Amino acid sequence: MPTLEIRDLHVAVEDKEILRGVDLTVRSGETHALMGPNGSGKSTLAYAIAGHPKYTVTSGTVTLDGEDVLSLSVDERARAGLFLAMQYPVEVPGVSVSNFLRSAVTAVRGEAPKLRLFTKELKEGMDALSIDASFAQRNLNEGFSGGEKKRHEILQLELLKPKIAVLDETDSGLDVDALRVVSEGVNRFRSTGETGVLLITHYTRILRYVKPDFVHVFAGGRIVEEGGPELADKLEAEGYERYTKASA
Amino acid sequence: MGLDTKPLSTLHGKSSYDLEDFPVPTGREESWRFTPLSRLRGLHDGTAPVTGSVVVEVHPSPEVSVETVGRDDSRVGKAYVPADRVSVQAFTSFEKATVITVPKEAVTSEPTVVNLRGESAEGATYGHLVVVVEPLAQAVVVLDHRGSAVYADNVEFVVGDGASLRVVSLQDWAGDAVHVSHHHAQLAKDATFKSFVVTLGGDLVRLSPSVSYTGRGGDADLSGLYFADAGQHLEHRLLVDHSVPDCRSHVDYRGALQGDEAHAVWIGDVIIRVEATGTDTYELNRNLILTDGARADSVPNLEILTGEVAGAGHASASGRLDDEHTFYLQARGIPYEEARRLVVRGYFAQLIQKIEVEEIRDRVLAAVEAELAR
Ligand SMILES: Nc1ncnc2c1ncn2[C@@H]1O[C@H](COP(=O)(O)OP(=O)(O)OP(=O)(O)O)[C@@H](O)[C@H]1O
Ligand SMILES: [Mg+2]
Repeated sequence: MPTLEIRDLHVAVEDKEILRGVDLTVRSGETHALMGPNGSGKSTLAYAIAGHPKYTVTSGTVTLDGEDVLSLSVDERARAGLFLAMQYPVEVPGVSVSNFLRSAVTAVRGEAPKLRLFTKELKEGMDALSIDASFAQRNLNEGFSGGEKKRHEILQLELLKPKIAVLDETDSGLDVDALRVVSEGVNRFRSTGETGVLLITHYTRILRYVKPDFVHVFAGGRIVEEGGPELADKLEAEGYERYTKASA
Repeated sequence: MGLDTKPLSTLHGKSSYDLEDFPVPTGREESWRFTPLSRLRGLHDGTAPVTGSVVVEVHPSPEVSVETVGRDDSRVGKAYVPADRVSVQAFTSFEKATVITVPKEAVTSEPTVVNLRGESAEGATYGHLVVVVEPLAQAVVVLDHRGSAVYADNVEFVVGDGASLRVVSLQDWAGDAVHVSHHHAQLAKDATFKSFVVTLGGDLVRLSPSVSYTGRGGDADLSGLYFADAGQHLEHRLLVDHSVPDCRSHVDYRGALQGDEAHAVWIGDVIIRVEATGTDTYELNRNLILTDGARADSVPNLEILTGEVAGAGHASASGRLDDEHTFYLQARGIPYEEARRLVVRGYFAQLIQKIEVEEIRDRVLAAVEAELAR
């Protein structure tokens, strides 16, 4: 049963401490929503889990099924079963979506998928997310609209089938139809019950489609309150003021 | 333009068939300051023994005629007058020139391939090639340089009215080769010239492609790709001289460098003279520095002497592999080495797609892969 465990995590960017002791456990079958004001460090947490070179872990631990994640390289973490849907997916010139996806799937599964099967799998995945077939030939994220980038992140989620997925504001910038399509993708991913989701968001609207089991409030680089789904509604009504004052 | 910078138009004014007109370079001259003269094996100062051998074999398309001619042939040196010391050394020293003619209105059915195979880097060899594309004809020519040599040559591309010439020049020399070359294209009215230069092998390669126009509507597209490894000096010096109204030039050279003392030099000189109104020009050079110890010098120079251009721009960028690119690919499980390969391949991909000869395109792709696998 996959478990991501974060203990007393401190992270600095360019010598500035951003995360100040994060404790969080995400088990398979669970969906956690992480909500908090701009600049509170939510993306920093996501990047630190993924191993982005700009973020330095100064203390604390992150383990996946007991295995030390922090000693793994970025690609090893992904192959171990961690996935980060990025808030701002990167444009990579000259690398086609299909070539990229085939390389990623090959790396994560440990063997190259049969071309015919992969083509079919890719087509089904794209159809389910209403991504036009022409995207396969385009350069990775280049010139994609904000919403197209987010759908493409979820396509990768569904193809790579990680154990634990961190979704950083995947709902931001989506119109109502796209929000539904993307939520359905996340729910397909959750449906096995063997995967865990950490969903970073500012809005409760995605939580109506993707029901969280736990809601955490993030402020000043740490989790300051935890509760059930009802906490999200309270946050939407009242804002973060009482937390930001407390953590300042 | 700073006070210590000479205008391009005066810098490139000098050309002559006479060796005496060019003193032996010292390395302080603007046009030689990047080139390690000590590695030229005497090509620049007359001390190179002319005992080398470069075998020239032409595999022509059936519509094309190929001749081997003497120094006195009227077509030799007609479009191009040597513009520096090594060029004039080659011009005054070669014995036989190759002349390829594409007859009027002929559309060649296949590429004409010129294989230049160096047999030894012990002594120097001098060469001369003329490609004449007569009015309204269309042709593809491939120059394929391989083997070991100390080789200096001049190549003249004469593109007639409404004619079209596509050239691929591959510098795929062995590690000890030295090659100094001028490629001059002269474009008549409405002529099209597309060149694709690929420089991969050799200890020192210095290639100077230049373009001049004799009629309106000339269109030159110059692309280049180079990959400098440890110890290699790869230098490309472009000159586009717009002296006629309503012509176009587009330059796109991209390189990658890896290893100690890998050195790439790119000079992009474009002159738009007073009479060349309506000129449309753009030049771009990018360098991807893959390791410490590699150095790229990139100098675009655009001199505009007329007030009426259709477009004129240049850009130059040298930098490292973008961490964000490799991070994104790695975050999807792709190991670093493969992520790096994908990104570098992507960096060159757009350019390589422009090679219209499939065989050559595949060979260039494979060569880039091989460089990356080192
Ligand atoms: N690469 C970086 N370089 C410099 N500062 C950074 C970097 N990444 C994050 N920070 C700083 O760390 C703090 C937290 O940023 P982070 O992106 O984690 O916030 P967030 O909670 O995701 O905000 P948002 O809701 O706006 O996405 C901010 O003050 C930000 O400026
Ligand atoms: Mg964020």
